[in-house]
Amino acid sequence: MITAERKPMEELIQCIKPYRSILLAGCNECVTVCAAGGRKEVGVLASALKMHFMKAGKPLEIQEITLERQCDPEYVEELVSNIDQVEAVLSMACGCGVQEIARRFHNKPVFPAVNTKFMGASERQGVWSERCQGCGDCVLGFTAGICPVARCSKQLFNGPCGGSTNGKCEVDSNVDCAWQLIWDRLKALGLTERYEENLPAKDWRPGGGGGPRKIIREDMAS
Amino acid sequence: MKTASTLEKILESGDLAVTSECGPPRGALPQKVREKAEMLRGYVDAVNVTDNQTAMVRMSSLAACIILKQMGLNPILQMVTRDRNRLAMQSDIIGAYAHGIDTMLCLSGDHPHFGDHPMAASVHDIDSIQMIQMVKDMRDEGLFQGGEKIDGPPKMFIGAAANPFADPFELRVSRLAKKMKAGVDFIQTQCIYNLDKFEKWMAGVRDRGLHEKVYILAGITPMKSVGMARYMKNRVPGMDVPDEVVKRMGGVPKDKQADEGIKICLETIERLKNVEGVRGFHLMAIEWEQKVPEIVERAGLLPRPNSVNSGAQNVRGGKP
Repeated sequence: MITAERKPMEELIQCIKPYRSILLAGCNECVTVCAAGGRKEVGVLASALKMHFMKAGKPLEIQEITLERQCDPEYVEELVSNIDQVEAVLSMACGCGVQEIARRFHNKPVFPAVNTKFMGASERQGVWSERCQGCGDCVLGFTAGICPVARCSKQLFNGPCGGSTNGKCEVDSNVDCAWQLIWDRLKALGLTERYEENLPAKDWRPGGGGGPRKIIREDMAS
Repeated sequence: MKTASTLEKILESGDLAVTSECGPPRGALPQKVREKAEMLRGYVDAVNVTDNQTAMVRMSSLAACIILKQMGLNPILQMVTRDRNRLAMQSDIIGAYAHGIDTMLCLSGDHPHFGDHPMAASVHDIDSIQMIQMVKDMRDEGLFQGGEKIDGPPKMFIGAAANPFADPFELRVSRLAKKMKAGVDFIQTQCIYNLDKFEKWMAGVRDRGLHEKVYILAGITPMKSVGMARYMKNRVPGMDVPDEVVKRMGGVPKDKQADEGIKICLETIERLKNVEGVRGFHLMAIEWEQKVPEIVERAGLLPRPNSVNSGAQNVRGGKP
């Protein structure tokens, strides 16, 4: 999933200070799962903002809505009935959702309420870790299911650097060394000889090096 | 001979090679480069010039290498994958060779996290093994990494680092084999304090006959104090300083610790001279360059051969 974290309250207050009414828009997908911008978080943030502006003597009208998917035009269209009643939108979706609202409602200011972080997985309750950088040319089949692009601090394709210590990354002892994980998996799979195959320099075009990316499925596109 | 590198000549002659390093200054002070490098003249065969070492901004390795070259010394251009993409690397390699710099060391580099610009983006367009391959293809095939022909290919003698002490230990020989497959000519190792572990790694290297195809220079760093020993042990990733070394440094009075550090370093060199496959020493006297002449002399590594014609003895069996 795409993970996100809510921005600090002070930053949000600065964004919406000029407005008397806003639409606070959550998303029912990734940001709900990582507890950053789902229905529950929309409710909590709306209360906190109302409280703040009430105390400041400048009441703020907030409309709350949580869309099924903010990155999908079909669902963003649902905002049509609310949008004229507010001066701005504060989106709790990832950056994709924020941009979809900006695209659809050209004249309406929209602000992000979360910082979009990474594509990751849940390690345990309340902990998410990066797993994928969308490099566009997946090597997981070669690296035993552990990604060196997203999980090695130096994006090394050919083994651990000289700083790998006790299975941990030199940059942060709370982070596993990706190459230790790869090596352990290669051993478990009986594929250690694969380690000695050199992976050639990567073509970064599918990874964004060729400019903004797009997928066009001829069989589906109309 | 693949190149005109003096280091290659000396290694091929079979003599034990000696290299050291010169960290460029953190400012536009060419005199500082000259002062550091001048201390090494006549005592080492080539001088590594570090590339923004510890992820701190310094005078560029290439610029400082040119200063060394103008002094008549043999610089080794260090280059890390952290700060440059493949375009920038290749243009600097050509530029270096145009200035007569014919030896380089390919590294991934310390992470920005450790330096004074932790907010900087790391590049890592290619990794150190891919860089070795790129430099080799530039030299031997006359091709840029992108596949086009080079008009006047740079003929670099290609070095890389090896850390026998990092984890997982069991793949450290394999990692050397990968660098060799990519085309590395010589290796400079991480500082050696745990000799047993280093010898174990070398045994693994010899088991596969790798020592016959690559020149391995043992990395040596003299310690100035017990504080430095503790710091290296606890704070420097991938460094293996055994407890007894720390204890030994701490066992002598403060004003004698530097001497003890030099003593340990000389004993290390003496022991490693007898390890088959060790073809020389890389002395990294960090901010202590003035000690290099003394170490080289007391280690019995003088005189240095000036060139291939100096009559160096073929003590190590020549070409690997």
